[in-house]
Amino acid sequence: MGIRFILMVNKQGQTRLAQYYEWLTLEERRALEGEIVRKCLARNEQQCSFVEHRNYKIVYRRYASLFFLVGVDNDENELAILEFIHLLVETMDRHFGNVCELDIMFHLEKAHFMLEEMVMNGSIVETSKANILSPIQLMDKAS
Amino acid sequence: MKEYIIRLVYVEMLGHDASFGYIHAVKMIHDDSLLVKRTGYLAVTLFLNEDHDLIILIVNTIQKDLKSDNYLVVCAALNAVCKLINEETIPAVLPQIVELLAHPKEAVRKKAIMALHRFYQKSSSSVSHLVSNFRKRLCDNDPGVMGATLCPLFDLITNDVNSYKDLVISFVSILKQVAERRLPKAYDYHQMPAPFIQIKLLKILALLGSSDKQASENMYTVVGDIFRKCDSSSNIGNAVLYECICCVSSIYPNHKLLESAADAISRFLKSDSHNLKYMGIDALGRLIKISPEIAEQHQLAVIDCLEDPDDTLKRKTFELLYKMTKSTNVEVIVDRMIDYMNSINDNHYKTEIASRCVELAEQFAPSNQWFIQTMNKVFEHAGDLVNIKVAHNLMRLIAEGFGEDDDTADSQLRSSAVESYLHILGEPKLPSVFLQVICWVLGEYGTADGKYSASYITGKLCDVAEAYSNDETVKAYAVTALMKIYAFEIAAGRKVDMLPECHSLMEEFLASHSTDLQQRAYELQAVIGLDAHAVESILPSDASCEDIEVDKALSFLNDYIQESIEKGAQPYIPESERTGMLNISNFRNQDHHEASSHGLRFEAYELPKQTVQARIPPASLASTELVPVPEAMYPRESYQTTTVPSVSSDAASTELKLRLDGVQKRWGRQTHFPSTSTSNSTSLKTVNGITQVDGSNTANSRTRETYDSRKQVEISPEKQKLAASLFGGPSKTEKKSATGHKSSKPSSHMVKSHAPKSSMEVASEKTSVQQPPDLLDFGEPTVKSTAPSLDPFKDLEGLLEPTTQVSSAVNHSSTAAVTKSPDIMGLYTETTAGAHHKDSDILSGLSKPPMTNMVGGTTTMQVAQSSKGPNLKDSLEKDALVRQIGVTPSSQNPNLFKDILG
Repeated sequence: MGIRFILMVNKQGQTRLAQYYEWLTLEERRALEGEIVRKCLARNEQQCSFVEHRNYKIVYRRYASLFFLVGVDNDENELAILEFIHLLVETMDRHFGNVCELDIMFHLEKAHFMLEEMVMNGSIVETSKANILSPIQLMDKAS
Repeated sequence: MKEYIIRLVYVEMLGHDASFGYIHAVKMIHDDSLLVKRTGYLAVTLFLNEDHDLIILIVNTIQKDLKSDNYLVVCAALNAVCKLINEETIPAVLPQIVELLAHPKEAVRKKAIMALHRFYQKSSSSVSHLVSNFRKRLCDNDPGVMGATLCPLFDLITNDVNSYKDLVISFVSILKQVAERRLPKAYDYHQMPAPFIQIKLLKILALLGSSDKQASENMYTVVGDIFRKCDSSSNIGNAVLYECICCVSSIYPNHKLLESAADAISRFLKSDSHNLKYMGIDALGRLIKISPEIAEQHQLAVIDCLEDPDDTLKRKTFELLYKMTKSTNVEVIVDRMIDYMNSINDNHYKTEIASRCVELAEQFAPSNQWFIQTMNKVFEHAGDLVNIKVAHNLMRLIAEGFGEDDDTADSQLRSSAVESYLHILGEPKLPSVFLQVICWVLGEYGTADGKYSASYITGKLCDVAEAYSNDETVKAYAVTALMKIYAFEIAAGRKVDMLPECHSLMEEFLASHSTDLQQRAYELQAVIGLDAHAVESILPSDASCEDIEVDKALSFLNDYIQESIEKGAQPYIPESERTGMLNISNFRNQDHHEASSHGLRFEAYELPKQTVQARIPPASLASTELVPVPEAMYPRESYQTTTVPSVSSDAASTELKLRLDGVQKRWGRQTHFPSTSTSNSTSLKTVNGITQVDGSNTANSRTRETYDSRKQVEISPEKQKLAASLFGGPSKTEKKSATGHKSSKPSSHMVKSHAPKSSMEVASEKTSVQQPPDLLDFGEPTVKSTAPSLDPFKDLEGLLEPTTQVSSAVNHSSTAAVTKSPDIMGLYTETTAGAHHKDSDILSGLSKPPMTNMVGGTTTMQVAQSSKGPNLKDSLEKDALVRQIGVTPSSQNPNLFKDILG
């Protein structure tokens, strides 16, 4: 399965984007997000970017005010996931140009479309930025 | 409409229910506009799970969209297929998706593959005939499709390695091409050619090459190439390196590759980045299985990680230690684990680490004393999280002792256990499981060595029962322990005075709501009234591990049955023959049976006490409460009658009968059991009860037998080892690792190389003067047991004290460098038990308590800062807007928002 969920959370702990690759009820999600965010916010720069939580491993990375959190299985390559987060940010950066929290807030669907291109069934399927962005650009043109 | 739906997504994301709007999202997927349609699909995938009622409305639209001319529409539908199609609806879309595998657009092919992957995950049988398609797509012209195909292939290979061995060549050549930058530049990431595809391929190769020499040989060249080409200055390069190490440690070992892997690991561990250290520790844990000697080079780094304030890193290091535990270092490692266990609050992880401690202790315990002490610690700190079986093992170990014929050693073990438990009982709050063990041991052996008076022990037990008055299991254990102690006293011919608090306790229990407690209290009362001879046969001293034979056929009743039949009773009709017809036996007959069976019945429920309790604790206790009393008593009866046929001496039994009259009436109906003539429902149950119990009991004794035999097997090599230790050759048979002798060699040389550098030399010399045997035979942890000590626990403490003084003196004068070397010794050298303790003591003395508690405070600080964050400079107006959209503070962590919203 690999990736179980991807979250974007700001420093205040508000969720900005959530994508789960396994079904959790609303309450479970809320509890999980609360616990994880509290854990990750409490960590400092020197500590490593991986946190174990229940049966997940959380790989997180912070960009300005926004935290990117990816929950993975135990046998996933954490460092690769860390770089995957960066790839996601680079991709968004290319699309929005100097991406920030507000871009994701006001274009939530686009952020999701990019994720849909990159990750399917919890596996990374596409890493070429051109391939990820082309359908989104086409849709923009059409409408 | 699109905006509204996105706001609904927000509402759900922030944890509120938005189910009222789901139907609008479903409607939106019918829209003509591509953007709106795709947003609709997105919303339904976020809102609905695959078993939701609305899915049925979506399937039709998906089918239509899969046929669309616009490939973007097809892609949108395929995305939804991946999330929303469940097992039943797979056939509805499967044929169309198979067609799409040949679509001219690569994006569509890719998503179609992933849809099939999803179906495989859901139900592998539905796509089993399509596996060849995955192989075909692996050769797709488009690297994106090829990369995606690796995902389902990875799953397929995980489940069945052997049918894909033929693909090794293809995977290797793909990996080679990727590493040689034959893929389009678009897939490069930070100058690495398609790193994510490389990682996936390495994962697959690791699976295919595991314990397959031929397949592995094909991979050596390409993996070696990647090792060389990887840029170890970037994160992604290191990620690929890490995957290479994983691959190397999984495939058939190759010397050159192992060397490169070891190099990479040492680079990871030496790095300043905590992330790399983490990966290094993890990689070390993988490689150590193949080449255990590499651990030695990295001892310092590992110790550093263990001391690191970062919790994640520390856990990973414990995982590594767990993997490299041997009988020689188990004490240090388990001590460390327990220390760490005490410092954390996370129950999930605490349970895990406690069970690991138990596992290691059971597997590698150097001595029984150590095992008991360790178990005490584990129970004390994580008792409620430990499996109840562990407690029973501990009790059994104490009862059975070393498994040798050395009775004095056994009794020392027990008396030291009793002593430590009496000491521990002073602690304010103890977990229930641990209390059960304590009560049992105190009852069984509390007065055995005559050191403590019965009144002292019983006083303690009464305290326990009072202090934990809401835990019935503990109270039951305590009452039984009281009964045993009184029984031993009576049997020894001493007069018994019940303590006043014990009396009041009994009165309380006699009126208890729990039938189990009540029963035990009555039994206690009854036993106290008996004479010494009877009591001794009821509760013989130290008989808890004597086997109880159960006569399944109940042949001892044959005479009785004969007698009854002669008197006119009906013969027993098996249950199968009398189904349905409940003929009501006459009550006179019944009464008669009752009267004549008194002697039997009485013994039935007194004696089996110990065994019943020790072997089937809480479950059976619970059942006694639920089931009507007479039935619960039957098992004991069956034990009873067989166990102590000697009690059938007339004098004893009549006396028993007399005194127990009151009790008898409570359990009166149980006399149905021996009656063969009656066929009413009670006797039916009786029969069931007996057969069940017999089964479980034989099973018990069987396991005990195997346990015993295994023990003997374990012990004898240990003795041999003791002999061998004089010659310095370790011959320990270890279950887990065959690495014992490998590590002993380098470790002794470790001591030589490190110790002289430091002033530790002085210390080691000093200790060598004090206890020459310790240093002479490195590698033999059993030296201690050659000299039978009077009190094992005390003896350990005695060993500890002088050495700690010496070493602490050294510590004061030495620098940080010095402090390292004892650590290393503790973890890596095979030293004597005594030396071990010295080391571990230094360890615990030096390690700064790693309690960095950074929970609450910092977050609120961050919040205060964040409101001025650079990114939100112009956001004040937008912020108001945002809040209208629905970004409201969630009730979950209110203080996060306090600062901003006032």
